[in-house]
Amino acid sequence: MKVVKIEKNRWEAGLDALRAAYRLFGPVKAKEGHEPKELDQGEIPDYNMLNTRLSPKAIAFPQSEDILEFSLDPNVEDHHIMKEVAGDLTPRAVIGMRPCDARAMALLDLNFDTAEYKDPYWIKAYEATTFVGLACDSPYTTCFCTTAGCGPYHEQGLDVLLTDNGDHYLGKALTDKGQALLDSAGWNDAGDGESVFADKKAAAEAKIVSAIETDKLRDADTLALHGAPFWEDVSFACINCGTCTFLCPTCWCFDLQDEVRGKSGKRLKNWDSCMFPLFTLHTTGHNPRGTKLQRVRQRFMHKLKYFVDKYDTGTMCVGCGRCVRQCPVNIDIRKVCDLLNSHAAVDSCVAEG
Amino acid sequence: MLGYADKMKEVSRRLLKECKVEVLIGFRQGSMPMMNEPCFVKSDADVDQLVWDSNCGINLSNYLTNRQEEKIGIFAKGCDSRNIVTHILENKIKREQLVIIGVPCQGMLDRRKINALIDGEITAVTEDEKGVRVQGTDFDQTFAKDELLQDNCRICHHPNPVIHDEMLAEPVAETPDVDRYADVRAIEEMTPAEKKQHFDDLLAPCIRCYACRNACPLCYCPTCFVDESKPQWVGKGQEMVNIRTFHFLRAYHCAGRCTDCGACERACPVGISMRQFTKKLEKDAKELFDWEAGMSLDIRPALDTYQPGDPDEFIK
Repeated sequence: MKVVKIEKNRWEAGLDALRAAYRLFGPVKAKEGHEPKELDQGEIPDYNMLNTRLSPKAIAFPQSEDILEFSLDPNVEDHHIMKEVAGDLTPRAVIGMRPCDARAMALLDLNFDTAEYKDPYWIKAYEATTFVGLACDSPYTTCFCTTAGCGPYHEQGLDVLLTDNGDHYLGKALTDKGQALLDSAGWNDAGDGESVFADKKAAAEAKIVSAIETDKLRDADTLALHGAPFWEDVSFACINCGTCTFLCPTCWCFDLQDEVRGKSGKRLKNWDSCMFPLFTLHTTGHNPRGTKLQRVRQRFMHKLKYFVDKYDTGTMCVGCGRCVRQCPVNIDIRKVCDLLNSHAAVDSCVAEG
Repeated sequence: MLGYADKMKEVSRRLLKECKVEVLIGFRQGSMPMMNEPCFVKSDADVDQLVWDSNCGINLSNYLTNRQEEKIGIFAKGCDSRNIVTHILENKIKREQLVIIGVPCQGMLDRRKINALIDGEITAVTEDEKGVRVQGTDFDQTFAKDELLQDNCRICHHPNPVIHDEMLAEPVAETPDVDRYADVRAIEEMTPAEKKQHFDDLLAPCIRCYACRNACPLCYCPTCFVDESKPQWVGKGQEMVNIRTFHFLRAYHCAGRCTDCGACERACPVGISMRQFTKKLEKDAKELFDWEAGMSLDIRPALDTYQPGDPDEFIK
C-alpha cells in the first residue's frame, strides 16, 4: 500500500475531519504519565511519551463493562429476562498506539474469537475499531519487543502505521480499514517514504537493549517446567496484587458478576486476575491454586508455555515491559522467561527424580 | 545507609552458621533503577545477594505473616520493626521465631517523584555522600536526598528500629518535632462537598489491583471484605461508590495499627496517595488515645482494650 505524508500543521484538521466518522481514542497526559483515553472534542493525542502506563486494551475490553441488564419488577414487561445492553458500536479509532500494543490486541483476538467460542462484546468492539499505530522511535530500556515476536515498527494488528518524521508524519495504510481512515481524514498526499520507514525501523530496533530467550520453550517438557526448582525463589516477593495482569496488554481473563440495585440489575464483565486467590476459589471452599507459588507459576506458565503450545505463535508477551516497570516488588518476566528457557532441556522424569 | 552491606553480610553469615536462623528475609539487587526485590536467603552461598540502600521501601514484615515454626532473621527499618511488633501483638508471628536485625533508616527514595522529573526514562539513580544523582534521557542532575524521599519518610518520627536483636549501625538522629499532619488538617478544614470531591479526584485512577492492600503488612485477613462473595459486601465494578468503599474501609481496618510505612503508596501503580486516609486515623488515634502503633510489646493497642481515661464524649 502507498505511503502518505501528513504535514503536522494539517494534523489537527485531519483529526477534526475524523471526528465526524469516528470516536477517537489516544494517549493523553494524566496526573502521572500518559493514559489511553477517549479524546474530547478538540483534544489531540499527546505523543510526548514513551508509552502509556495502562495498555489500550480497555478500548475493546473495558475493565468493567455492562453486558446484560434485567428488571426484577413484575410490573415491567420482560421482567426477569436478561437483555443485551445497547453499547455504542459506532466506528472508533485509536490514534497513535504503540505497535506492541496492537500485536497484543491481535493476541487477545485469538482468544476471544475462536472457532469454538466467540465473545460478542469483544468481537463487536474490535471490529468497530480502526487501529492507527505510531511507531516507537524511543523505547524504554525495559522494552524487549524485538525478542518477543514484535518490534517498534511491527505491523500486526494495525490498520495504519505512522512514523514521526520531524515536521510531518509518514503513514502507511495496512488494510482497507486503514485506507478508509486516511481518506476520511483527507491525508492522501503521496510520500516517498518506504525507504524512510525501512531506515527508521532499523534504527529503532537497534535501540531495543533488552532481550529474552524463548527458543526452547515450544519443545520443553511442560511438567518439567511446572516442577522446576526455581518457583519458590521467583514467587517469594510477589504480593499477589493485580498490577501485572491489569497493566498487561495481553492478559484477557475476566469475571462475570450480577449486581442488583433495587429492582434493576445488570451483568458485568470485569477484568480478573490469576494473581487473586478468588480467581480459582470453588463454591465448595476448595482452591486448586491456593498458594502464591501456584498462582505466580500459573501466570508465567500460561504466558510462556501453555499459550505457546496452544497457538504455536510465540509467547503471550509482546515485550512492552509494563509489568517489569510497575511490579511493586520487581518481579521481572525477562528473568523468569530466561529461567524457563534454560530449564527447558530438562525432561519431567529427571525433574521429578 | 551506605556501608551497611558488609555488616549485613557478616551478621547474616554468623546467624546462619550458628543456626540461629533457618532463613533470612531481606532484599536483593533489583533489575531496574530504584527497585530492589524482597528475597529469602537460606545458605551462606546466597548471602552475597543481599543488598541495602535507599530502595528498600517495601515493608518486609509483610513476609512474616503466618510463617510457622521456622526461625527467621529479618532486616527491619523503623517502620518495619513497628509492624513486627504489631504482628507479634496480633499473633501473626511469634517473637521467639525471630531474630530482628535493625537497620537505622535514612529514608527511602520516592520512585514516583523521581520518575516524574522528566518526560523520558530514568536510567540510573545512584547515591553517594554528595547526594542522589539521577540520570535519564538527556538528564543528569544531583539532588539533596531529602528532596527525593518518600513523603512518609520526610515526616518519619521513628527511623530507628524499636525492637531488635542485632543492629547494623548506630541509631540515626530522630526528628520528633516534624509536623506529621499538615495535609490531614487541610482536608479536615474542607466542607463535606469539598471533601467528597477531593476524595473522588484522589481515587479516580484506581484500577482495583489491590497492590496497596497486598503490600500492607496489616492486611492479612484470610478473606478481605472486598473478596467475600457470600454475602458480597462491595460491588465489583468501577463505580466510585465501590472504589470509595474499598479504600475507606481498608483505612478503618488499619486504624490504630498503621505505622505510616508508605508501602501502600509505593506499591500503587497509578500513583494514588491513599496515606491521606490512614494518616487521618493515625492522627485520631494519637489525639484521642495518645497512641502510636507498634512501639511496644508490653502495651495492648488502643482499640484492643479499654482504659479508664479513654474519651467517652460520644456516649450521649
